[in-house]
Amino acid sequence: MTITTGAETHPVPTEHNPLASMPHDTHGGISNPVLGMLLFITSEVMFFGGLFAAYFSLRANSPQWPTINPETGEPFQLAILPFVGPATILLILSSVTCQLAVWGIRRDDRTAFIRAMAVTVVLGIVFLSMQLIDYSLLGSEGLTLSSGPYGTTYYTLTGFHGAHVFGGVIMLSVVLYRGMAGQFSGKHYDAVEAASLYWHFVDVVWILLFSLLYLLPGKTAAT
Amino acid sequence: MATTTLPRSASASRSTLYEWLTTTDHKKIGIMYLINSFFFFFFAGILALLVRSELAQPGLQFFTDQAYNELFSMHGTIMIFLFVIPMLAGFGNYVVPLQIGAPDMAFPRINALSLWMLPLGGILLLLGFVTGGTAAAGWTSYAPLSEDHALAATGTGQDLWIVALVLIGTSSILGAINFLVTIFKMRAPGMTLFRMPILVWTVLVTSVLVLMATPVITSALIMLFIDRNYGGSFFDPRVGGDAILYQNIFWFYSHPAVYVMVLPAMGMVSEILPVFSRKPLFGYKAFIFATAAIGALGFSVWAHHMFTTGAVFLPFFSIMTFLIAVPTGVKMFNWVFTMWRGQLMLKTPLLFAIGFLTMFLIGGINGAFSASVPVDFALHDTYWVVAHLHYVLFGGSVFGIMAGLYYWFPKMTGRMMNETIGKAQFVLMFIGFNLTFFPMHELGLAGMPRRIADYSSTAGWNQLNLLATIGGFTIAASMVLLLWNIFISLRSGTPAGDDPWEGNTLEWATSSPPPAYNFDRLPEIRSERPLFDARHGRTAEH
Repeated sequence: MTITTGAETHPVPTEHNPLASMPHDTHGGISNPVLGMLLFITSEVMFFGGLFAAYFSLRANSPQWPTINPETGEPFQLAILPFVGPATILLILSSVTCQLAVWGIRRDDRTAFIRAMAVTVVLGIVFLSMQLIDYSLLGSEGLTLSSGPYGTTYYTLTGFHGAHVFGGVIMLSVVLYRGMAGQFSGKHYDAVEAASLYWHFVDVVWILLFSLLYLLPGKTAAT
Repeated sequence: MATTTLPRSASASRSTLYEWLTTTDHKKIGIMYLINSFFFFFFAGILALLVRSELAQPGLQFFTDQAYNELFSMHGTIMIFLFVIPMLAGFGNYVVPLQIGAPDMAFPRINALSLWMLPLGGILLLLGFVTGGTAAAGWTSYAPLSEDHALAATGTGQDLWIVALVLIGTSSILGAINFLVTIFKMRAPGMTLFRMPILVWTVLVTSVLVLMATPVITSALIMLFIDRNYGGSFFDPRVGGDAILYQNIFWFYSHPAVYVMVLPAMGMVSEILPVFSRKPLFGYKAFIFATAAIGALGFSVWAHHMFTTGAVFLPFFSIMTFLIAVPTGVKMFNWVFTMWRGQLMLKTPLLFAIGFLTMFLIGGINGAFSASVPVDFALHDTYWVVAHLHYVLFGGSVFGIMAGLYYWFPKMTGRMMNETIGKAQFVLMFIGFNLTFFPMHELGLAGMPRRIADYSSTAGWNQLNLLATIGGFTIAASMVLLLWNIFISLRSGTPAGDDPWEGNTLEWATSSPPPAYNFDRLPEIRSERPLFDARHGRTAEH
């Protein structure tokens, strides 16, 4: 068997790629954009792995965690209410609405897809706004990037997570915009799937971060 | 029968320069990777000559200590991040889609993005020279040394270094994703995983290493940036940081990076040896499993760079390091027995491939010495280490790169390179390389530390240093021959034809240079040597 380009029967411009008309996806299964996104998420896992490793090293080295706030003489404290807890719930909800959007486009229901995606984008923006307000509160209490290992790791970890949420919001907005322009259907929704995977990943990172920073008990200096 | 006799498309009106600057064709991108990498190779080579000139005699002749620190820091950084890694990625870009019978990479525009991040990163790195001093804490930029604004990092160079490396790393990550999706999803019908050429396998394993390791150094670089610029306290013990945290995270990337720099070179040599020995590769599957084993073990040896910190579990990292010699040894047997009783054609690519085998073997053996903890305690940070890493990265990677260049140049340009000049270049480079780096073993054993601009004239290191400097300039002379060879071959080289070497793999089944879409037709793929099968009537079609 010889694979011919079909150029004899279907003249194509030389710039055109004759094999492009052949299914690249000759082995079935996962599509190129989704596989690409899964690999990208793998690299992101390793990136956050590096930051988490630094967090645990500094935490283990420190005699006390959280460290002492020099302004008050007390250990730093993070508050779950009023902002971080609700923001966490909203971000988890946004993962649900994002998946609803994917299920919507899978059954070719564009209206449901666009509605759910729009809600997801709004939830993402609300999360970011609440995080910013929380940052300014913490800053006024004296916790900054330069207030020792506790502040440095807190802002680096949550800041890079926030940056990823921001990137995710942009990605989802593009998907939403393209969806409103009618570019997705029940047969063509790879980009929606890929963007939703990224959004779920960002959500999972936040759940880990929240558990680590807000739920894991600290340690006090041995007396 | 399937030749296209079609009118040129409208794009012919675009200028060639515009075409190249905006292309998403993996072949043009691959060639631009090579050109970009060669530019930085020559630049960093000149830095090396300056380093060797300073060290030729005791005393400070040409540079201050600080300028010397900048020279070797930039030499190492550029050679690793802007030459060896992108050079091999360039070969991968050009050859991998051809070898698996694909029309292009899976994500052509991301491929172009990966390429253009490299010169951008390189320019940012070099800007340090005009903004009051480049990074000067070595290519490793260990923190807290690299956070010391008064001593090691006086200018903005260190921050530029960080930004440049983040950019180059991102380029690598995107490239790795592209390679993996291409290899998993774009193979021609019949090209099963165990029929893929060895180069494709090594690029696959390399891409996994890049994908999993590079983001980790990105995190280290970002922490370093926060420490330097926003008062963070990751790495400085004075403010609650951890003094060896940076080393741990840095080497978690940078040791796998060694395999990123050598596995594709191994793959290229494994393409060349069977063709020029007229035999199949000995132990094809064993080679693949050895490659995968090196990749997996590569993640568990990073702390062998940190034995003397006293803060790592020595037996574990020592044993894992010794273990890596096993799959590497398997490969040595693959290569030697591929040549054994073959009909060797001693053309330039084979000469460089044999150069790779012999020099990389020395680099492996002197590395195994350093894997032994008590020996490493004596040799750490001496010139022994400099000798070892250059035997691996120059004797290994660069000889492999030269072999690949001579091998695929006819495919890329349609013209053969000059054999006589090629052989002269090999001889000169081989002699120059050993003259430069072999004495460094002796210097290391004699106690000469690395990264010093000056040394005592009574330490007994004078002659060997002078010898190394002469060797360095000999290497430079061989590179002049290479440039000359490329120049005259492009102008008036013998036309190569589709398959000048009687190759085994699919890139030789199309014209030289291949059309934008790569293949008009593909031979049937029934083994890892589809062209050999076709040439010898092993397939139904031919």
